[in-house]
Amino acid sequence: MREYLPVLMFIIVGIGFAGVTLGVSQFIVPRRSSAKKMAPYECGVEPVGTARQRVEIKFYLVAVLFILFDIEAVFLYPWAVAFRRLGLYGLIEMVLFVAVLLVGYLYLLQKKALDWNSPS
Amino acid sequence: MIPALFIGFSLLLLVSGLMVVLHKSPVTSAMFLVVAFCALAGIYILLHAEFIGMVQVIVYAGAIMVLFLFVIMYLNLGHDPEHGATILLRRLIGWIAGALVVLQGAMLFAGRWALGPTSTEAPPLGGNTQALGQLLYSRFLFPFEITSLVLLVAMVGAIVISKGRSTRTPDPIPHAPHAGLQAVLRPGDTVTPPTPPGGGEA
Amino acid sequence: MKRLLADALQKYHVWAAEHPDPTFAIWAFIKIFIILNVTLVVVSYLVWAERKICGRMQGRFGPNRVGWFGLLQPWADVVKLFFKEEFVPGSANKVLYSIAPALAIVPALISFSIVPFGPGLHVTDLNVGLLLFLAMSSIGVYAVTLGGWASNNKYALIGGLRSSAQMISYELAMGISTIGVLLLAGSLSMVDIVKAQEHTWFVAFQPVAFLMFMITAFAETNRTPFDLPEAESELVAGFHTEYSSMKFGLFFLGEYSNVITICSIAVTLFLGGWNGPWLPQSLKFLWFFAKLAVLVFVFVWARWTLPRFRYDQLMDLGWKVLLPVSIANVMLTAVVVYMRVPR
Repeated sequence: MREYLPVLMFIIVGIGFAGVTLGVSQFIVPRRSSAKKMAPYECGVEPVGTARQRVEIKFYLVAVLFILFDIEAVFLYPWAVAFRRLGLYGLIEMVLFVAVLLVGYLYLLQKKALDWNSPS
Repeated sequence: MIPALFIGFSLLLLVSGLMVVLHKSPVTSAMFLVVAFCALAGIYILLHAEFIGMVQVIVYAGAIMVLFLFVIMYLNLGHDPEHGATILLRRLIGWIAGALVVLQGAMLFAGRWALGPTSTEAPPLGGNTQALGQLLYSRFLFPFEITSLVLLVAMVGAIVISKGRSTRTPDPIPHAPHAGLQAVLRPGDTVTPPTPPGGGEA
Repeated sequence: MKRLLADALQKYHVWAAEHPDPTFAIWAFIKIFIILNVTLVVVSYLVWAERKICGRMQGRFGPNRVGWFGLLQPWADVVKLFFKEEFVPGSANKVLYSIAPALAIVPALISFSIVPFGPGLHVTDLNVGLLLFLAMSSIGVYAVTLGGWASNNKYALIGGLRSSAQMISYELAMGISTIGVLLLAGSLSMVDIVKAQEHTWFVAFQPVAFLMFMITAFAETNRTPFDLPEAESELVAGFHTEYSSMKFGLFFLGEYSNVITICSIAVTLFLGGWNGPWLPQSLKFLWFFAKLAVLVFVFVWARWTLPRFRYDQLMDLGWKVLLPVSIANVMLTAVVVYMRVPR
């Protein structure tokens, strides 16, 4: 239990370090701001349109699929650690689990859900 | 030491949970929710459930909240104008839910509900992960296999929602928007916008 | 004099025996302080090494003006970054804009708490050490996402989006490729994993997993050939377009700390940690640092040798090649371990 204490200390020290760095830089940084400097950067020309634009649904799909496969990976961890005690049944159970998810993955490939349009 | 840590994590959880609800900007609310999940992970670790604590950060704070942020930040759903009736209904539901929470809190403090195990006994040898593995894949095998089906359904559902059931041409990669033309225009010029290369903008 | 020292040491031992918890806490704090400072110095000199190696690979000297061989260059850079003017874009979300650089460096530092540098030389030995590393890389995605969005700049937005999608796609393959190691070692604790490699390093049993871990490491740290999200020629500077002065400095530091962190984890998981012949136990940490240096050099070498992937090639690689290969590797390893372990 007490081996987690250094992690907490490290978190606090890390946040403290980042905070101190940013704080110090706030004090010693010269400030000569102007309207031009405050405008968003767009390669030297006037910015066109707003930055808040819609993007493809594909990124949403990437995030959802990441969650699903991450959960699969999370199930793989205790299985891998307890593997030697689980015997043959443990192996077969996990193969079944992965096979079902493999079906989903094959559906993903077949539907070309993650095909990014290659410029050709 | 442990009670102090528990109080600290619980306070952090409560405060960030409140900020999720009270803050105006959805992105800041989502980030407070991430903080709340990390505090919850700390509480799990205090209960000797280290695996669950870490998984809480990996899956909940690291995957699900990323999805939330993607949707909030990038898939800009337009604001629907709200009518008076919707606001009234929302306020009513809010008051009822708040009253229920206060009632539950009062009953908890009065000790009328079972508090569950109050002793944190020593964790099993090999730690939480191994114990979990042995239990999950022997006694709780059926829920585990059903989980794979749930994940499969979620996968198919997500693909159907985003792709639709017809085959369309895939969307292009988002390219940096073009602003070059603006620089060479002078007042009075008429111009037809050129066809951008590569299939169009995001 | 020697008597005084021996006396003090004796008193300390007695006090430490009576108060084990504060002793542990104080030692942990000292180790953390040392690791923090050493990491910052090493990261700065990694930047120097990268510029020198890059220069040599491109047929020129690297920095050689500031001090012998340019060895004071990192200090000059730090001072410059502190004093540069910082302009925050007017329409940026100030709070998130400031938090993003902190999120870039803090997770990379925290992952050092579980790395065993030598026998007994680790800040702490968690029984879920590997999961802490994966948790910290999951949190590292937020730095990029927030940095890109909070700047309110099109380039930053697109760069941040691409980079986050890339990082989460490759995090999957990274996590799954470590499961082969878990099957062999039987424990999530980094110290146990290193101890299990006393006779043979795991890279001999899991070459495919090692290769995949290194490839995903490149993608996780946004280094070439996977650095399209910050591609200088395409997206200005990607998600850190609008960052200047020390905020940019922290992003920069964070990126290089991430490189060192991931290489340390790769050394621990696959290359046997501090195991190595000929050296006595007290000097075994030198083996760790030697292996770390080799891996970091590979990172720098790859950056200045390989062209970068196109985004669709990048995502295809992550989802269509690395993910199925890593799962197949896990299943194969499981079958082999099952057959060879005596029941």
